[in-house]
Amino acid sequence: MKTIEPGTEAPPTILTGNQAAAWGAFLSRVQVVSAYPITPQTTVIETLADLTARADWPNRFVNVESEHSAMAVCIGASYGGVRTFTATSSQGLALMHELLHWAAGGRLPVVLVDVNRAMAPGWSIWTDQQDSLSQRDTGWAQFYCSSVQDILDHVILAFRMAEEASVPVMVVEDAFVLSHTAEAVSLPAPAEVDRFLPPRRPAFSLDVEKPRAFGGLLGPDWYQEVRKDLHESLLRLGDAAPRIYGEWERLTGRSYAPVEAWGVEDADVVLLTSGAVSSTAREVVATLRARRKRVGLVQVRMFRPFPGERLREVLRGVPKVAVLDRNCSFGHHGIFHQELKSALYSMEAAERPRIYGYVLGLGGRDVGPRALQEVVRLTEVREAPEPETTWIGAVLPEGPEQEHEEGVR
Amino acid sequence: MTPAAIPKIDGDPIVHRGHLACPGCAATPAYRMALQVLGRRTIVAAPACCFAVIDGAFPHSASGVPFLHTAFEASPAYASGVRAALDVKGETDTNVLVWAGDGGTFDIGLQALSAAAERNENLLYVCYDNEAYMNTGIQRSSATPRGAWTTTTPAGHTKVEVKKDLGEIMAAHRIPYFATASISHPDDMMAKFEKARKLRGFRMIHYFSPCPTGWKADSRHMVELGRRAVESGLFPLYEIFDGERLVINHRPAWTPLREYVSLQGRFKHFRDEDVAAMEAEARAAWERLEHRARLNAGP
Ligand SMILES: Cc1ncc(C[n+]2csc(CCOP(=O)(O)OP(=O)(O)O)c2C)c(N)n1
Ligand SMILES: [Mg+2]
Repeated sequence: MKTIEPGTEAPPTILTGNQAAAWGAFLSRVQVVSAYPITPQTTVIETLADLTARADWPNRFVNVESEHSAMAVCIGASYGGVRTFTATSSQGLALMHELLHWAAGGRLPVVLVDVNRAMAPGWSIWTDQQDSLSQRDTGWAQFYCSSVQDILDHVILAFRMAEEASVPVMVVEDAFVLSHTAEAVSLPAPAEVDRFLPPRRPAFSLDVEKPRAFGGLLGPDWYQEVRKDLHESLLRLGDAAPRIYGEWERLTGRSYAPVEAWGVEDADVVLLTSGAVSSTAREVVATLRARRKRVGLVQVRMFRPFPGERLREVLRGVPKVAVLDRNCSFGHHGIFHQELKSALYSMEAAERPRIYGYVLGLGGRDVGPRALQEVVRLTEVREAPEPETTWIGAVLPEGPEQEHEEGVR
Repeated sequence: MTPAAIPKIDGDPIVHRGHLACPGCAATPAYRMALQVLGRRTIVAAPACCFAVIDGAFPHSASGVPFLHTAFEASPAYASGVRAALDVKGETDTNVLVWAGDGGTFDIGLQALSAAAERNENLLYVCYDNEAYMNTGIQRSSATPRGAWTTTTPAGHTKVEVKKDLGEIMAAHRIPYFATASISHPDDMMAKFEKARKLRGFRMIHYFSPCPTGWKADSRHMVELGRRAVESGLFPLYEIFDGERLVINHRPAWTPLREYVSLQGRFKHFRDEDVAAMEAEARAAWERLEHRARLNAGP
């Protein structure tokens, strides 16, 4: 097999979201990868297995029997001081749940790509955010991508942020809409990535010359300090993100921010989105503005740490915000909706927007321009938000009768 | 009762005094002996089990080598990750030792264990088998012997299921080395650690670990209990190479099992027929071992 330096062959310029995730990890010179296949994540690890097999630096791809062990391998290897990566979706991420706490509590800069997929039952392979948002409180940073380029860049950015802050980072992309959709991407030159992301220098690791115990019994006199440090490190990651994005922009010309805003200054209604829906929303906002409707858009890219301060700045004085949630905290609200409410609560009443919550697009139901225009219309006509979240497009008609064939089980 | 000598450690011990094991714990001397054989270029991965406590609470550790606490069900996978990192860094001569209880091995960790064995990861896995979940207060595991009392198999509802055969399970994975060991036969045990150290790939030692707290036994009797288990044929000493060649290391004296049972409160309710049934099971298991050993010897 031929060895290649990333970028010495004519690099692909058209990639799917999943291939871009794999290229991001490859360009980051990942050293240990461990993963378990699940639709729609599979092409991430297939592509990465192929790329790392041709890498000219020592690396290992550990084929495990479950996502649970995939994360355990990443944790063990990360304690060993090397750069580790995995990718998964829905059921796989849920299976990892306990270990996500171990990775964050261990302060390990593991990077994980989650391809957003709805949770069973019933089986769905299509996109929504229930899987990743169910892991909200594990201590992982989370970034929601809205294009293929975004994914590639964010895997590299994630390693940089993770290693700087000693916290694990999850990069999230929508099933199929991004994972299997090919777009033109610009691959950064390996030398540029190397400058941006030097080899990992762990603050601590398993070292026979310096024997230490990791993860042992922690009494009430220590535990809270350690958790506070994790919390503060995540907050610091939030503060550092604009600087790190700035460095990336100087290197590649591509700019990102934890919160991105379009047409907010004069808006009557601002849509608040995350993930691939943001791209559709940009189109809708452009269309509506062309019709002289004062509509704006805020895309939340960084979900943990939550960019509350930035959102308060951006939304100050905006009359109405419509939050789109491709998820639901059952029995309460969509999750971005409740997060935004809590972040804006401290604002002066006169400056605080009214917040309208909409749940839509669960289990891969398409969220097209019509649905978004309906959200804008409902928000315009309603003087005050409904007390409960509004569900868009869930019409609950008489469900189709399920057909059981005689004799077939 | 003959006192058995636990070998003295020459030189600087790797496992220090001040650990938090119960008096008479048989797992701790085995841990000390294992590390003495493996040496300081060793990294330990241990799941939730008594050793999560025994090694000491932060900021203390009784181990003079790096000690990684892992999730209960995942120590073979953590260790595989540590191995991968060491190999990538070129530290191929550093040993990775998994030190796990029977719960973490026979039960909740069996999936990750099977997978690591199937991949033939270059690890040494020691299961210290005290035949129950001791750390959480003596609940049954699938390594608990039939008939034993535990807090979840209480008087009148003692365990009815037979103990899993770990040797058969691991042999089916065709791992390079599997061996059983007992504190009553320390030279045999040290030799097995040494043999395991020199081999590569997935190696496992199944260590019989009497537990005074969980077995309701006198802490002075731990070595004696090991001896009686071996000599009554209940816990045979053997090795399996590559999942194929089985070598019996010691022929039991077939001392009455009553002598073993009578030292433990967990068998307090045993009538003669219970002891006889246990003896019959031990005989049958022994015959299977002998049969296997003969097969390997060839025609
Ligand atoms: C996922 C999970 N389930 C349960 C526990 C609780 N737990 C900790 S140790 C233990 C029993 C360990 O038994 P064993 O492996 O036999 O080791 P021993 O305590 O006997 O040394 C249990 C049930 C846990 N830590 N994690
Ligand atoms: Mg036990």
